[in-house]
Amino acid sequence: MAAKEEQVKFLGKWPSPFSNRVELALKLKGIKYDYSEEDLSNKSQELLTSNPVHKKVPVLIHNGRPISESLVIVEYIDETWKSNPFLPPNPYHRASARFWSKLVDEKCLPPLWDAFWCDEKGREKAVEEAMEALKILENEIGDKRFFGGDDVGLVDISANFVGYWVDILQEIAGLQLLTSEKFPKLYKWSQEFSTHPIVKQALPPRDKLFAFFKSRTG
Amino acid sequence: MSEGEKVVKLLGAWPSPFVMRPRIALNIKSASYEFLEETLGSKSQLLLQSNPVHKKIPVLIHGDKPVCESLIIVEYVDQVFSSGPSILPSDPYDRSVARFWAAYLDDKWFPAMKAIAGAKGDEEGKALIQQLGEGLALMESAYHNISKGKPFFGGDRVGYLDIAFGCFLGWLRVTESHIGLKLLDQTKTPGLAQWAETFCADDAVKPVMPETDKLSEFAKLLMAKTASN
Repeated sequence: MAAKEEQVKFLGKWPSPFSNRVELALKLKGIKYDYSEEDLSNKSQELLTSNPVHKKVPVLIHNGRPISESLVIVEYIDETWKSNPFLPPNPYHRASARFWSKLVDEKCLPPLWDAFWCDEKGREKAVEEAMEALKILENEIGDKRFFGGDDVGLVDISANFVGYWVDILQEIAGLQLLTSEKFPKLYKWSQEFSTHPIVKQALPPRDKLFAFFKSRTG
Repeated sequence: MSEGEKVVKLLGAWPSPFVMRPRIALNIKSASYEFLEETLGSKSQLLLQSNPVHKKIPVLIHGDKPVCESLIIVEYVDQVFSSGPSILPSDPYDRSVARFWAAYLDDKWFPAMKAIAGAKGDEEGKALIQQLGEGLALMESAYHNISKGKPFFGGDRVGYLDIAFGCFLGWLRVTESHIGLKLLDQTKTPGLAQWAETFCADDAVKPVMPETDKLSEFAKLLMAKTASN
């Protein structure tokens, strides 16, 4: 069913996994949108007006109304465009998906990020925490193709950093965190995720992302 | 067995604002539940089994299925007990606004409030108090925009954002008395001051909102325990 004139605008930053979550959600739903790349050292008036509290990307502006915070945006997209749902209908499974999505965000991303950027002193502890986080995800993915089951869902979208960014960053940092030897099931998921026909269109090109992060290492 | 017939247990502790959230939600739905109080300093076997990843309260156990994370539990209760009044707004945009502010409170505002007790020196304390005050100014503005003249963020009734924010009122009062400064009051935040009174008097909230005196005593106990560790 064609909606009335829909205006969907998305303010983002291409190397950011948070921004990418929104891009994934929009592409998975087949939503047409206008994209604006933000320069965070020179924030646009539009960004400052639409996210005055945090002044951060991503921001989705739907028919003139702004929404901020990547996972809030993803849930909004899921509730507004009903095809290809990211969440199952059963309340318990929804609660479970939200739980895992939050866990990825709060417990997995920070130590994984720190493991790559920490100095020598903090590196060991960060790597240890990162490995614990990956172990938790390894147990959760089990034999499922995606966290969402047969297709990509909310948790897969939340875990895009684990599914794509980690591989690139660990190569730059010379670390072996997510490997097929250490976490076979999670590794397999990351391959499924990054080669998914729609997801792969939404992910930034590997060499571009590699070059971006490489230029930021000391 | 229908969802409404399954036994509901809630693992929690009376001083926790996060535990208060599902309790208010269950009260709104007139859902009966068994409250299993965890003791400070130790975690029950049931807690460790039902929330093995975080080992934290609250945990709702519905039938035999555990649901963790306070706001996730609130959304679950809203969905499952569908015959009671709605807690989340019905419009997706309004829901996104409510979720945005709840995330702000949990990620930025409450951690600042918690940090005040352990602030090292005047400078740090002052910065945190300022952050708290600025946050309340944001919430005052949000309250006016969202409630549109009605008593609650949720409109005529207590809703998701009322629950997400209101649960912190007890600890806010304790903090105010600790720093000797009122942050949420008639002068600074008139809308919120009225909202806070109405919220605390609500039938779903009153039975589970702890008295500020009791919380202060508990805070002292907690600080002594932390100091001795």
